Amino acid sequence: MEHEAMKAKIDEIIARHSESKPIVAILQDIQEEYRYLPKEALLYLADAIDVSIAKIYSVATFYENFSLEPKGKYVIKICDGTACHVRKSIPILNALRNKLGLSDSKKTTDDQLFTVETVSCLGACGLAPVMTVNDKVYPAMTPESATALLDELK
Amino acid sequence: MNTIKQRTMTVNGMPVLIEGEKNLLELIRKAGFDMPTLCYHSKLSTYGACRMCVVEDKKGEIMASCSTPPRAGMEIKTNTPRLREYRKMILELMLADHNRDCITCEKRNNCQLKELAERFGIDDVRFETYSLDGTKDHSSPAIIRHPDKCILCGDCVRVCDEIQRVGAIDFVHRGSRMEVMPAFNMPLAETKCVNCGQCAAVCPTGAITIKSNIAELWEMLADDNTIVQAQIAPAVRVALGDEFNFEKGENVMGKMVAALRMLGFDDVYDTSTAADLTVIEESKEFIERYSSGENLPLFTSCCPAWFRYAENYHPELMDNISSCKSPMEMFGAVLKEKAKKDAEETKSKKKTKVVAIMPCTAKKSEVLQERYHYEGEPAVDLSITTQELATMIRETGLNFADLQPEPIDMPFGIASGAGVIFGVTGGVTEAVIRHVVGPEDRNTLAEIAFTGVRGLEGVKEVKLPFGADKEISIAIVSGLRNAEELIQAIKKGEAHYDFVEVMACKGGCIAGAGQPFVEDRARAERSEGMYEADRMSNVRTSKSNPITDALYRTMLSGHNAHRLLHYK
Repeated sequence: MEHEAMKAKIDEIIARHSESKPIVAILQDIQEEYRYLPKEALLYLADAIDVSIAKIYSVATFYENFSLEPKGKYVIKICDGTACHVRKSIPILNALRNKLGLSDSKKTTDDQLFTVETVSCLGACGLAPVMTVNDKVYPAMTPESATALLDELK
Repeated sequence: MNTIKQRTMTVNGMPVLIEGEKNLLELIRKAGFDMPTLCYHSKLSTYGACRMCVVEDKKGEIMASCSTPPRAGMEIKTNTPRLREYRKMILELMLADHNRDCITCEKRNNCQLKELAERFGIDDVRFETYSLDGTKDHSSPAIIRHPDKCILCGDCVRVCDEIQRVGAIDFVHRGSRMEVMPAFNMPLAETKCVNCGQCAAVCPTGAITIKSNIAELWEMLADDNTIVQAQIAPAVRVALGDEFNFEKGENVMGKMVAALRMLGFDDVYDTSTAADLTVIEESKEFIERYSSGENLPLFTSCCPAWFRYAENYHPELMDNISSCKSPMEMFGAVLKEKAKKDAEETKSKKKTKVVAIMPCTAKKSEVLQERYHYEGEPAVDLSITTQELATMIRETGLNFADLQPEPIDMPFGIASGAGVIFGVTGGVTEAVIRHVVGPEDRNTLAEIAFTGVRGLEGVKEVKLPFGADKEISIAIVSGLRNAEELIQAIKKGEAHYDFVEVMACKGGCIAGAGQPFVEDRARAERSEGMYEADRMSNVRTSKSNPITDALYRTMLSGHNAHRLLHYK
């Protein structure tokens, strides 16, 4: 039943796009819907737009922004671009990981609430160090303000 | 009109006429310089990734010749100190991320990377080896993936997509983490791979190879309680010679039969004999459908890669596909039936095993399919490729060139020329036309040959008068993308056919992935070899083959023909 709902959703997403069926744009919409790219969704998409699943997987793994793993309700991105890095973004990352029990290989909490990852630049260097939570920008963070934000979100 | 000067450029100081070459690479090769390449195949799209074909122009600019069109007045050099250094560096970097167990590699004799490393004198790799993890994918019955040997040229990805429209593999991740693999790194056996093996045929290294059944076969041959029978597919005879320095396309059937006996086979037969049965059965099926108008067009069923493709992508067409088994499976069933009867008569306890020598890798999967089994067991026990046979001949220490030719065994010792040409695109169709049209006289045969069935084009169309006022419309395609385009045209009502022959490999079985990998797979020469074998045979049509005639009066009488020769 859940699978049928997913098929309907993907049909709807495909219908939003032009006849040329742009893979990247469709994948972005699928990710927006599910917060990641579920395997079943990609398999269904391949058949629906008549593109090999290997090609879709190729596109999905090429872009860092696409995730094949389920993400938490709150996706926290800590900028580790040059400006943020020199203004101490790594201690913020470590503080969040420590508090949530996450690491470089384990990015999402077991309760599916938080995902913590780094990005190479958010383009807001003047506000460094920056992080985003579900695309909302939080400027000039410290380890303390970041962990405090976690409590707020919970 | 252009003057000569407006149409020439220079390569290493030598003037060369531009005659419509699509890139510098082809022009340079025309001028007599063998440019090294690892990712260039003239039949595939240009990728420009390996950078081995770099050239330098007079301004010192360096470009990849595969992806630069020739222009009048260009002055390029192909072998400057800078270019030599570039090439060596590129090779060294490729080798740094490459499993270098060359002695034990399946591709040791024809690895293009090894060849170039030798040619450019790479004696040392200064860089640290990284990202080799030893994984191998053995899941497929026909194809082995060994990613540690992949150089990311993408030839396999392009042939699988552009020629076969399967797209079982693609690039995954990017940068230093890039790999070629199926989606979700799933085992190849779980993808829509059709086992055609063309990826292995274009792979410059040992990253994709064909599964070998040699060890099992040696064991079978060594067992005194097993009678081992061989059947040789049509296309093998014009390609095996490539492994032993024969002229391209030379028919080495007689020597191959002699070699198989020396390897220990008890009986040696020709799959072309069973192809005659296929012609008779498929013609009958076609005439029935043509008369009733049901399930047309009739698609051929003898190519296992096509059959798998249709199952994967066009389940709605399965009623249109002929119910005939492939010649190999028909022969397997006939041989097993005969062995069973013989054993009952002689009270022998010996088992009989049937081994097929095939140009094809997909046959390795076909022999496992239950629908073709004979009384619960495989009708054909093993299918080995032309290349595997060559390896076995070498392993035995036979001097193939010196063998005295021998004939195939009775009671299946005759095959018609129609059965032999199954090995080339259009062959099945021509054989069926000969059967349907009728009289075996030279003029009719010559006329059929000129209807357009012959030639190596990917798509051919033939119209054939039938009866007083009817016409049979036929299409012949090779390459599964061509097949798909034809299917779409039929569905849209843009094309109408009564009979469609599909071969997955371009050019037909002569270019199968089990065949020796020579330049352009020697398609032209092998095709000519097939037609010459046909011209030289004293039986040209399937119904005039006395063997098939005798079979239909005995083993294949009544419903037995359907029981043994059809899969449904």
